[in-house]
Amino acid sequence: MSQTRSSSPQRSIRDVVFVDGVRTPFGKAGEKGIYAGTRADDLVVKCIRELMRRNPFLPAERVDEVAIAATTQTGDQGLTIGRTAALLAGLPRTVPGFAIDRMCAGAMTAVTTTASGIGFGAYDVVIAGGVEHMGNHPMGAGADPNPRFMSERLVDPAALNMGNTAENLHDRFPRITKDRADAYAVASQSKLAAAYGQGRIQPDLVPVATRKAGQGWTVNSVDEPPRPGTSLDDLASLRTPFRAHGRVTAGNAAGLNDGASACVLASADAAEELGLPVKMRLVSYAFAGVEPEVMGIGPVPATEKALRNAGLHISDIGLFEINEAFAVQVLSFLDHFGIADNDPRVNRYGGAIAVGHPLASSGVRLMNQLARQFEEDPSVRYGMTTMCIGLGMGATVIWENPHHAEYALNPHSTAETTADTVTATATATEGAAV
Amino acid sequence: MSAADFRQLAALFPDETVTHSYVQDIELPSVADKPSTGTFALITLDNGLDHSKPTTLGPNTLVELGTVLEGLKERAARGEISGVGVTGKPYYLVAGADLSAVKRLKEREHGLWMARLGHEVYATLSNLGVPSFAFINGVALGGGLEIALQSNYRTVSSGAGALALPEAFIGLVPGWGGVYLLPRLIGPENAVKVMIENPLSNNRTVSGPEAYQLGIADAMFEPADFLERSLEWAARVISGEVTPERANAVDAADAAVAARWAAAVESGRAFVEAKTSNAAPAPGKVLDIMEANRTTTQAESADLECATLADLMQTDEFRATVYAFLDLVQKRSKRPAGAPDARLARPVTKIGVVGAGLMASQLALLFARQLKVPVVLTDVDQERVDKGVGFVHAEADKLLAKRKISADAANRLKALVTGSVSKEAFADADFVIEAVFEELQVKKQVFAEVEAIVSAECILATNTSSLSVTEMAADLQHPERLVGFHFFNPVAVMPLVEIVRAPKTADSVLATAFELSKGLKKTGVLVKDAPAFVVNRILLRLMGEVISAFDEGTPAEVADTALRPMGLPMTPFTLAAMVGLPVAQHVQESLHAAFGDRFPVSQNLQKLIDNGVKSLWVPGPDRTPVIPAETLSLMSFDNRPSGSDEVLRRTQDALAEEIGLMLSEGVVAGPEDIDLCVILGAGWPMFLGGITPYLDRTGASERVNGRRFLPPGVASAA
Repeated sequence: MSQTRSSSPQRSIRDVVFVDGVRTPFGKAGEKGIYAGTRADDLVVKCIRELMRRNPFLPAERVDEVAIAATTQTGDQGLTIGRTAALLAGLPRTVPGFAIDRMCAGAMTAVTTTASGIGFGAYDVVIAGGVEHMGNHPMGAGADPNPRFMSERLVDPAALNMGNTAENLHDRFPRITKDRADAYAVASQSKLAAAYGQGRIQPDLVPVATRKAGQGWTVNSVDEPPRPGTSLDDLASLRTPFRAHGRVTAGNAAGLNDGASACVLASADAAEELGLPVKMRLVSYAFAGVEPEVMGIGPVPATEKALRNAGLHISDIGLFEINEAFAVQVLSFLDHFGIADNDPRVNRYGGAIAVGHPLASSGVRLMNQLARQFEEDPSVRYGMTTMCIGLGMGATVIWENPHHAEYALNPHSTAETTADTVTATATATEGAAV
Repeated sequence: MSAADFRQLAALFPDETVTHSYVQDIELPSVADKPSTGTFALITLDNGLDHSKPTTLGPNTLVELGTVLEGLKERAARGEISGVGVTGKPYYLVAGADLSAVKRLKEREHGLWMARLGHEVYATLSNLGVPSFAFINGVALGGGLEIALQSNYRTVSSGAGALALPEAFIGLVPGWGGVYLLPRLIGPENAVKVMIENPLSNNRTVSGPEAYQLGIADAMFEPADFLERSLEWAARVISGEVTPERANAVDAADAAVAARWAAAVESGRAFVEAKTSNAAPAPGKVLDIMEANRTTTQAESADLECATLADLMQTDEFRATVYAFLDLVQKRSKRPAGAPDARLARPVTKIGVVGAGLMASQLALLFARQLKVPVVLTDVDQERVDKGVGFVHAEADKLLAKRKISADAANRLKALVTGSVSKEAFADADFVIEAVFEELQVKKQVFAEVEAIVSAECILATNTSSLSVTEMAADLQHPERLVGFHFFNPVAVMPLVEIVRAPKTADSVLATAFELSKGLKKTGVLVKDAPAFVVNRILLRLMGEVISAFDEGTPAEVADTALRPMGLPMTPFTLAAMVGLPVAQHVQESLHAAFGDRFPVSQNLQKLIDNGVKSLWVPGPDRTPVIPAETLSLMSFDNRPSGSDEVLRRTQDALAEEIGLMLSEGVVAGPEDIDLCVILGAGWPMFLGGITPYLDRTGASERVNGRRFLPPGVASAA
């Protein structure tokens, strides 16, 4: 690889592929949750070790970076968790690591940041992921917001509470009613239950042994948050904790959760050299800022930007994995792009409303699920993982399905492309898509 | 029978710290294409306390475990579970039987119940109707390791600390099936190593990887996901996908194995003889049972194990070992009697050592290695200084070559130890210890010079073995700063430091000395400034009696082997040669000066010294020790020979007398400190309880002093 890493007047960029991803089962935050008494860093360690075990062709010393996201980087999520987790997982000491934070899009940003490093030639293989033990680290704990946010009205104080921003989004889009949100949430639960029934969730999970006082050890191999069989009636009676007679309830929002995820990314060349599987190819990504008071709308501009970067149109996207922080936030995205609430391309396995959303870990969960759907559905060429982010942001990553018939016809996975060629290709693709 | 039938026994121990048996049902992962291999019941042994309180097996614990296992056996019969596993709280599977409970079993009958209870519970574990597994996550000692041996399959964590069957050391036998199962599982030779050689070699244990190598465990996984991997492996065993290979396992009925078995037992007996002179019953009993059970059923072996355990639990040797091991070495040594509040201790950031001879160099090495502070050696000329510093550097290189320390640590160690011909180098030292010639005036001169240089707070210490610390302090400007700090040879190995308080020694100085000994990973015992302190006074009183018997005409082989029933680490004449005859004589002379005829000075010994004889015994043609004719011709003897029983008895009486006097003089706080000193400073065996329990049980204490040192039951069968 040395020739690709040297600086040359005509800098080349390289293709990045998603090799494999895993996550822990998600738990409910709090003393009764399955991970009460379990450390966040240990959850990450389980993921890294499972990745190494599942990919025996990947020599540990070939991992060039370990990027782990966490929103709160203190305590068991502190001390540069990418490095501590790498050491605790038994990776060689020569493997570096770092911690990264973009709240809910932490793992997603770990992926895009290290993927960029691969594209640039800084890395061949990386591990990227995220963790949030919201039981150990309640949202915003220890944060000290600058008083200027309030005194200069930079951000409505209500925007620091995610539930309030979801209510604000309902205000902005009166078409999105509580009934629609609840119906979406019920569907999320039933889609997840169906996916579990078909064994589509379990393969990405790494079992985690936990021990509690007075109970002894157990091993957790399924998600704790799902409530299969949830009905509209069940949801109708729930409190609206953020606003009296509001619309956002515990039933149409993701819960407070504990969990971790991690994935292996590689340059296409390194994957080929080492014989690593290719589950997805990275096409483009983008982040975008929106008003913090309606942070849930973030995926819309992020997606428009990512599509523009890729030279694709929304109609090219055959599968959507959108994080369900709140039903209203998903629905605002779907409405914007003219996609039906029950469009089968969207969240086939259900979403965070059912499975949970341990903030910084969720991005890789979306990728795991998209990768599995790619494998199941070779007719889809492009898929998208997207999520909203606190303080008003959105993140979108577009992926290509290697199982698609036309994938092999593309030079992506083998040839190195110069920046110029990428632009040219993108333009051509855009032309074709219109 | 069921575990519940032992409730009466359990009721005798209302204060037991119970290790609970918590059960969790776990759906096993699917194996290959098959669906889940069913529900697995995982037992966690957990006493609810943190890692400083190991889990142990007392009667209540065993009744609970047995009851839980019986419930699981019923569930297995109903087809509800496909396997059962046992694991422990972090760092422990189980640290073994609760010795403080076992020690309180006053009746043989109760001990027998306890032994039977263990077998009752473990028999359920090995015959559940579904496979049983032990996941050895950490420390597994004695009855703890036997839980694993009685399970059908075992995994071990590569991070597991200590695995052992230490019963022969404690004074028992691995009598909950270990002595039957282990030789079959790992071969008779390995079993003798684990059950005999390791316990009798400073109670050595094996690590997880060593246990896996020996064949104690069928599979090994790393600690980071040990339980998850173990369960995945268990699922594959249950599904039939994996069948563990046990390369070291043997069929006891095989004729070739019978020969190996007998040879292993014989080699074990030779080892016990060499290590203990057969002075304690337990190690031989382990081998007796192992020898017998090759041809018996497991149940027949169990009966023998139970009877033997019940007998041994009532022996003085077992009680003395528990006293020495638990009460003294594990507890008292951590809270030294009479030590001042540790908060009075001053920081020690630089150490001076006066002298650069062998002892001084060893001290410098120890200080630098353990405390990691600068150490400066001084001596009268550069050559001696260079030699002393060179010794430390050479030792650092040896440690590096043996990979005991890293290259960086070796560099650091070498840089910490420097030398000088000028005591000015002590100017900023906090603690200066002398290891110069054993002559009061020399030491006083040294301290006078040092005191002129160091700060007013600098602590002065002497490593003298026989001189008066009080007299040494007499002319100091600050006599309160002097403390005795007496090490034992070899300095790196022997764990004792006698910390000598002179009448004026300040509490802060003593506290610093105790903290320093802790930092050196030694046990400090507070002693009064009395001639030869504790260990040397006892050793020389013993040696004096044996040499007197020899001088009176007792043949050397009788005199020198008369103490064999005590099982001391070496014979008196061998010890004298190891210490050096002139050194032994020098200390004896100072004790004679202080105490008169209780410490006779042997003219024969003096003649040997005068003629440069270094040892009475030398290796003969067939390597058995002999006394050369020319050595014998140097000496003269009376015609009053004693038999070995007489020599033993007069030595016991002499020790009882001397220790009685030491206690009445207030040399130490109590007989426990005498025992701690001889265990840690002289390596005396735990089955003697140090020494006072032995003197009590042989009647010497009452013969000489009219009373015991320790009340009945403290270190003896009641």
